[in-house]
Amino acid sequence: MTAETAVIDTSDAADAISVAPNWKLVWWRFKKHRLALVGGVVLFFIILIAAFPGFFSTQNPSESNKNGSFIPPQSIVLWDKGPAFYAFAVNGARNKRSFRMEWTIDPTKKVPLRLFATGYEWKVFGLFKTRIHFFGVANPEAGQKFHLLGTDRLGRDQWSRLLHGTQVSLSIGLLAVFISTILGLFLGGISGYFGGIIDMAIQRLIELLQSIPPIPIWLALSAALPRTWSVATTYLAITGILALITWTGLAREVRGRFLVLREEDFVVAAKLSGCSQMRIVFRHMLPTMSSHIIAAVTLAIPVMIINETFLSFLGLGLRPPAISWGVLLQEAQNLQSVALAPWLLLPGVAVIITVLALNVLGDGLRDAADPYH
Amino acid sequence: MLYYIVKRLLILPFLLFVFSVIAFLLIQAPPGDFVTSYVAELAASGSSMDQIQIEALRQLYGLDQPVYVQYFKWITRLLQGDLGISLDFQKPIADLIGQRLLLTVILGLATFFFTFAIALPIGIISATRQYSFFDYFFTVFNYIGVATPTFMTALILMWLAFTELGITITGLFSPEYADQPWSFGRVVDLGKHIWLPMVILGLDGTARLARILRANLLDELNKPYMEMARAKGLSEWRLVLKYPVRLAINPLVSSLGWYLPLIFSGSLIVATVLNLPTIGPLLLRSLIGQDMFLAGAIVLSYFGLAVIGTLISDILLAWLDPRIRMEEASK
Amino acid sequence: MFWATACAMPPTPTIDRHTAMTEKNLLTVKNLKTLFVMDEGTSTAVDGVSFTVDQGQVVGIVGESGCGKSVTIKSILRIIQKPGQVVGGEILFRQAGGKNGADGEVIDLAKLDGRGKEMRAIRGNQITLIPQEPMAALSPVHTIGNQLIEAVRLHMDVSKVQAAEIAIKRMAEVGMPNPEERMELYSWELSGGLRQRVMIAMALLCNPRLLIADEPTTAIDVTTQAQVLSLLRDLQENHDLAIIFITHDLGVIAQVADDVVVMYLGRVMESGPVDDIFHNPLHPYTKALLASIPSVHGTTRGPLPAIEGAIPHPFNRPTGCPFHPRCASHIPGTCDRRTPVLVAKNDRQSVSCFLQNDAAEED
Repeated sequence: MTAETAVIDTSDAADAISVAPNWKLVWWRFKKHRLALVGGVVLFFIILIAAFPGFFSTQNPSESNKNGSFIPPQSIVLWDKGPAFYAFAVNGARNKRSFRMEWTIDPTKKVPLRLFATGYEWKVFGLFKTRIHFFGVANPEAGQKFHLLGTDRLGRDQWSRLLHGTQVSLSIGLLAVFISTILGLFLGGISGYFGGIIDMAIQRLIELLQSIPPIPIWLALSAALPRTWSVATTYLAITGILALITWTGLAREVRGRFLVLREEDFVVAAKLSGCSQMRIVFRHMLPTMSSHIIAAVTLAIPVMIINETFLSFLGLGLRPPAISWGVLLQEAQNLQSVALAPWLLLPGVAVIITVLALNVLGDGLRDAADPYH
Repeated sequence: MLYYIVKRLLILPFLLFVFSVIAFLLIQAPPGDFVTSYVAELAASGSSMDQIQIEALRQLYGLDQPVYVQYFKWITRLLQGDLGISLDFQKPIADLIGQRLLLTVILGLATFFFTFAIALPIGIISATRQYSFFDYFFTVFNYIGVATPTFMTALILMWLAFTELGITITGLFSPEYADQPWSFGRVVDLGKHIWLPMVILGLDGTARLARILRANLLDELNKPYMEMARAKGLSEWRLVLKYPVRLAINPLVSSLGWYLPLIFSGSLIVATVLNLPTIGPLLLRSLIGQDMFLAGAIVLSYFGLAVIGTLISDILLAWLDPRIRMEEASK
Repeated sequence: MFWATACAMPPTPTIDRHTAMTEKNLLTVKNLKTLFVMDEGTSTAVDGVSFTVDQGQVVGIVGESGCGKSVTIKSILRIIQKPGQVVGGEILFRQAGGKNGADGEVIDLAKLDGRGKEMRAIRGNQITLIPQEPMAALSPVHTIGNQLIEAVRLHMDVSKVQAAEIAIKRMAEVGMPNPEERMELYSWELSGGLRQRVMIAMALLCNPRLLIADEPTTAIDVTTQAQVLSLLRDLQENHDLAIIFITHDLGVIAQVADDVVVMYLGRVMESGPVDDIFHNPLHPYTKALLASIPSVHGTTRGPLPAIEGAIPHPFNRPTGCPFHPRCASHIPGTCDRRTPVLVAKNDRQSVSCFLQNDAAEED
């Protein structure tokens, strides 16, 4: 009988399920989410890039070249009657009427490339100097140049700028979420655990904050930041502004969880056996919620990233010389630029891929967070 | 029901008060006072003002008095319908934003209905045909919809329309209607232009709402009342539409509380890219130009729209869900 | 005279199975098998269940939770949802439809499309359900009246006003005070007992031939329970209804049932008239169940006898007789290898046990 044979196979699994710790159950369920796994892998590479943007860059992101504006992307040739690694050179000529550089790909001239090429000097984590890059022009001495994603208005290398923008945009997202998580955990936890008047007060505050439309407030607050501030100060201020308005969602999530958990038998049992409140919250309740919180946090990061992009795109967030995805997209703000150099939209693709990966991953985590569901 | 609505209405003055304080603080944020900036602006444009006029203005705004008096004077003038003068445009603010506010509301409502018209069927089909081709297709569509910033969609569509079709798709009116008073032709012209910003603005919301509806509906589909309705002999489609959809829509309606305000203020970015005559681009311009009375008035308009949006969703929810009506009435 | 209101009858394909059914049989379930096919494995929720229900008879199905009682009746109603499916057996039902309340033709419900028109015309009309938890079975956002009227109009060609009249009459019949006013209320505004009365009224709306009550007294308190039971008994006698009554409570069975079917792990262990089952149980499982009923006449405060062990995991069914791991008198080498089948022990009782006979399932 088929039913019986299937049964014998799964009996061990059934036993294993009943003894597995919580994180293992979460992991088992998460593994089933193929899409979430793919999201995780993509995110791993994005984080790798964000950690070492200099290593993957081919050129100094701030280096401009007034004779090299709007060079179109040069694709890499990997197969030419055998394994190869080169790109075609571009020829520029100034248009007599518009005085604009016009570029054509020259299929006769090759720019040889190599892995672990020597290029401009950069610092690992801002500490150790090195000239090694993941890939680049094989012989830079010959004055050959290579722009994987083309160049912008000022002739800066779009690929290298994109990678450095990744570092800034991703870290702003992470930092802002970190701040709002702390705020949300703290206030949501208090609200959910103690209840009563404290809960009332915090809930009304959250409701009030949530009823304020965030975008005009963001804009107004960012506009009020003095223009004289340094890049680093603006970066921190923008992060703060983003976090200040988004912690409410997380606080609600945490509060809801606490309310459910407070009634659970194991919390009641801990209380009856005389555990201190701190111990109940940190030893019993928080670990149970951790997978939910991780999922909520993962889903909050993309929101932050998109918001930073919005602000910088509108000219109210980070400002050049800072590089972020939003700052890069500012170059593509009007139709003329986009029509002339469509590759300026590519940082937007980076935003989409990153947000997509984070959302898919977060959804997988959220589904997995409830192993008994 | 009536009790419930009255209760909601009673909170309104308080909310508006808090919001007006926030807007006032924004106006106060930049260094220097309004009159000084105004005089400087006038001087820059070649005209001037005598000392008596300047003093009269200072008196009007109460600039030599404490902040709360200034707020009081500002809010009194506001309630009388005087929003002040824009530094940048040298025009009364009410004239500047009146028309734009109307267009913002029209665009917001159009987007709102578009979103629901699309999100409801997608959510229902995805949930009732879980793991089907449709479900996967819409899941992918929803993920991409949520992940793409609206201005990216706008830029890409603008670029495609320009390179492939050779047309520029900006604004809400053809040039011949742009500065005309309202007429039948102008309304038709608006209809011809509004669909693109509507679709762009709606994509993100459609994706979100469809996802919420799908999740809610999946929860409802396993409830015992489904079994009972089946046991009654109800056909599957009538059953789904009458019971679980009805119940799954309630959380969706409560999400309107944030969604409607979000459309209004979210249109700001798309409006900037597409150069729409709504209040969004004006806010941006006033903020960059530190034209704070104008900025404050626009921010306050956004707040007002948000309050109205929340109110509509609250009333709708009470109308749809008898449990909420009862609960509120029994308090 | 609303009892005589005939519900709309659709034309249905019928199978000539008179040989399988005697005249008084209303429902004959034969070798019913329902599977749940899931990623984790296949679970056989109903494994070859057979029993009959006669006109005007109350059949009680007893068993612990998870024994497949509910799945059995859902299979009969054909409302099993994926991943479950009815994979085998026959569900022969004698329809109404003849003149003057005479019987119609016999139809095999297992052959119909569960979502199809014919099955839907029978469901809620000739076979109705009283659910376990009335609170969860009623929609919280529709009024009682709305849900009752809907049930009437699904099967009868009447106006809304007429449907409301029918609903109010039925509500009055099941002892609902002020039925007109109650029509405007929501389920959560009623007490548990009244909610269950609404469900009973709903089940009776279309003059059913067979009523299926799925643990109708589990969710309500004991006093109300007694009222609901006597109401059901009265209705059954007045209208000559056939009822399938599902419960894990043997006391309830003793009160209402004529015949009893004892189920364990998706199989019928024993069946027969209620007196024989209670006074002369043949199967060790039935005996154990009866032994675990607390008695008010007991003098000592000793522990209640309980059945050793627990119901196995659905993916981990034992081989052979499903009950043998918990059976005190199982025969090693037989009960754990071969699966016994239900055979008639005498003209009333049937039992599926090697202690009684040697009939086994073929491998």
